[in-house]
Amino acid sequence: MSKNKEYLIKRGNSEYEVIIGLEVHAQVLSKSKLFSDSPTNFGAEPNTQVSLVDAAFPGMLPVINEFCIKQAVKTGIGLNAAINKKSIFDRKNYFYADLPQGYQISQYKDPIVGEGSILLDLPDGEKKVGIERLHLEQDAGKSIHDIDPQNTLVDLNRSGVALMEIVSKPDLRSPEEVNLYIKKLRSIMRYLGTCDGNMQEGSLRADVNVSIRKTGDKKLGTRCEIKNVNSIKFMQMAIEYEANRQADILEKGGSIDQETRLFDTKKNETRSMRSKEDAHDYRYFPDPDLLPLELTDDFISKIKKEIPELPDEKKKRFVDKFKLTSYEANILVSDIETSKYFEDVIKNSDIKLATNWITGELFALLNDRNLEISQSPISSKNLSSLINLIKEGTISGKIAKTVFEIMANESKDPKSIIDEKGLKQQSDPKEIEKIVDDVIKENPKNVELFKSGKDKLFGFFVGQVMKKTDGKANPKLVNDILKKKLN
Amino acid sequence: MSDIINLTLSALIDKIKKKELSSQEITNAYIARAEKSKDLNTYITTDFENAIEKAKKFDEKANFDYKLPGVPLAVKDLFCTNNLKTTAGSKILSNFIPSYESTVTQHLWDEGAILLGKLNCDEFAMGSSNETSFFGNVESPVGKKVVPGGSSGGSASALAAKLTPATIGTDTGGSIRQPASFTGTVGLKPTYGSCSRYGIVAFASSLDQAGPMTQDVSDAALILDVISKYDIKDSTSVNFKRGDYFKSLSSNIKGKKIGIPKEYRVDGMPKEIESLWQDGITLLKNLGAKIIDISLPHTNYALPAYYIVAPAEASSNLARYDGVKYGYRSEGENLISMYENTRSEGFGDEVKRRIMIGTYVLSSGYYDAYYLKAQKIRRLIKNDFDEAYKSVDAILTPSTPSSAFKIGDKTDDPVSMYLNDIFTVPVNLSGLPAISIPAGKDKNNYPLGLQLIGKAFEEQNLLNISYSMEKELSFKNNLQDWWIK
Repeated sequence: MSKNKEYLIKRGNSEYEVIIGLEVHAQVLSKSKLFSDSPTNFGAEPNTQVSLVDAAFPGMLPVINEFCIKQAVKTGIGLNAAINKKSIFDRKNYFYADLPQGYQISQYKDPIVGEGSILLDLPDGEKKVGIERLHLEQDAGKSIHDIDPQNTLVDLNRSGVALMEIVSKPDLRSPEEVNLYIKKLRSIMRYLGTCDGNMQEGSLRADVNVSIRKTGDKKLGTRCEIKNVNSIKFMQMAIEYEANRQADILEKGGSIDQETRLFDTKKNETRSMRSKEDAHDYRYFPDPDLLPLELTDDFISKIKKEIPELPDEKKKRFVDKFKLTSYEANILVSDIETSKYFEDVIKNSDIKLATNWITGELFALLNDRNLEISQSPISSKNLSSLINLIKEGTISGKIAKTVFEIMANESKDPKSIIDEKGLKQQSDPKEIEKIVDDVIKENPKNVELFKSGKDKLFGFFVGQVMKKTDGKANPKLVNDILKKKLN
Repeated sequence: MSDIINLTLSALIDKIKKKELSSQEITNAYIARAEKSKDLNTYITTDFENAIEKAKKFDEKANFDYKLPGVPLAVKDLFCTNNLKTTAGSKILSNFIPSYESTVTQHLWDEGAILLGKLNCDEFAMGSSNETSFFGNVESPVGKKVVPGGSSGGSASALAAKLTPATIGTDTGGSIRQPASFTGTVGLKPTYGSCSRYGIVAFASSLDQAGPMTQDVSDAALILDVISKYDIKDSTSVNFKRGDYFKSLSSNIKGKKIGIPKEYRVDGMPKEIESLWQDGITLLKNLGAKIIDISLPHTNYALPAYYIVAPAEASSNLARYDGVKYGYRSEGENLISMYENTRSEGFGDEVKRRIMIGTYVLSSGYYDAYYLKAQKIRRLIKNDFDEAYKSVDAILTPSTPSSAFKIGDKTDDPVSMYLNDIFTVPVNLSGLPAISIPAGKDKNNYPLGLQLIGKAFEEQNLLNISYSMEKELSFKNNLQDWWIK
């Protein structure tokens, strides 16, 4: 376990270690809901994706969506976890306006996936974070309090959508580790195609359990659960606030109350939602409308065969085969689309150049325009040919940047841009020599000054040549010829 | 017309097929009788105009390949019927009109049957006398101010009073068999998983099962042929090979081994029930069956286990009736008070009692002692039957520990009401099929029933044994039509 750069809360002479566990709710990527055939599209008109089952009409019964089961098993395999061949759906009973059945179908004692782990890349090495379990459950609908001043409105589009609740062990120790954990988890699920990981649309949200203890203590402190945080930034802020709040209490000789808290994103603080005493009694019991879920070995092994190369393996391959640094490989594998793009580009072009162009220019462009790599205006094919044009010496790196900018706006292939704009590199030594001669002729004073020792003026001559060629002259040739002529 | 209503379902079908009777003649006959029988309060909702229209359509283009060609039927108001009010006997659903049809009723209409209307029942099927219905008591045609049993009380009463040639009910702890026994009719609870629960207002999901309520055993076989089908919309539906029940009926039961469980000889059982049972045993012997004394040692625990499991499931199943989406709503200052007002006003006392019991037994700290223990007992009871079925083919018991009682007699004593189910609940807890057939009468001339319990999915065996007994018993209700106006 990482011992360097520990994240500690200091109070007087005391140092507190922060213990964090996450319960991530990941929406299963699936066309229809967990127990009904209603669609799951995000952003549809309210109450247009609701079946009689989702709205809990009398006599309606849940029928399990096999695809969602596959997705959960797939995710479990991706988390190196034990798949439970028998799992049970339970009812979690509570009343709320956006919970039509009056209970949520979830898995309580017997989840579909058991213990597993996720590997984090920390600056000082890898860290294994334990997964306690993964279970399937239904999402609730949405209560909308701010449209009608008199009434709460209810949208049931989300009601019954399949969620995977992925519970980590209390193995995380800092906001940064939480950041890496969420990103890695998201990456794995996106590789598997089991969750799109879209936090803005609520496809990924988490309850964060935070406790602190004096460094060296073995016993865990009393934890508080911060409910339903929907961005990594907010998770980190909430942990920071909560750890400090708890340290303040302990330092004053107080004790932490086990409770559920909410993170107020406007005030940047957590506040009590309900104490342990007020905790709901959910009266879990096995849902009598559903039989225990039993998976065959065949079912599981078929899914195992569908598992693609996951980020950890891919990273290893990129480092071993393409000789990338661990850092570069991490960046390229963290998103499956990026890794695909990278591998497409290097099919026909230089690996080193491709790595630099993708992690440099392309990422900057996407970042700037807030685009996913799948939306990139520059296709992998076009980037590959741009890199080859550089490699062949058809254009300089500098011109390439100009071409890249044009590609970003016009989505054309680089060759036609170079032809249209006449950007092809001038690599004919005779032509360049002529221009060099002209430049020398036109600047006798500077030639003299250079010869008398003003070495820095060399750049001036290069600039003049480039000016005359609209920057198209092959810089290496310009350098060589200038050196020869001036010396 | 009196001829029509005196015919059994299979006899009616025969006459329709022979074109001796039209669907309209039959439908009109039942409607006319229902109009004169309002005092029994069997119907919650009638759909007579539509029924006449459908009968007319049927006659215009009669299809005699159907199993129930143009036959009018009324059904328990627990089955959701498309476009026709479905109340489950409750105020909370008193304005509810489904936009869908239960699988079981759909099967009836798909075989040519015509819906007459929806029959009264205990609220959410919770009761043994039809006295918990929001729509009032049902009287049994067997005697004035006598309960028809419950929860399928409206169905039993309507059937016995000849307001429908046959009907379907639901049975969670005896709700088909006990009212059948009280009204001198046949009631079959099929094996759990035979008939789809889709579209049936749920009481206790792991126990609820729809089944036929008929004038005789043949009719029960006929209806079972129609309604027992695998349904992917019900995850507890079982895809087993169903029999051709009606065609395969046989009265030859020579060599069948019938178990007589000693634990069903309960304290304080009336002599007439004891002798009814004894007569049944003798009859079976005479029919060539072999009588074997058996033991079902955990029988005593069945009723308490049932009254934990059923309310537990009900407390959760009924959570959806909250005034938010459909059904009755009583406004409140906020969400919680709206819930409280809606559910306080919308549910009757018995339903509230069971919701409270169910909530309690599932509560943290009590779950293990009640719900979990009840589930373990349920397993033991099932094991008892499995063990018994190693040596017998079916089991004979009385259907109920007493005959029908007067309205109001037991309403203040829920436990004595619950005791009505003592012979029927072990069957639901074990998921087994069982049938109640009329076998005699008590000193008041009220009917008494015998129950045959079968092996899972062996309805044919059960039907054959009861069919052979029925022939010898030649039970007749001989009702005097005292309620007709």
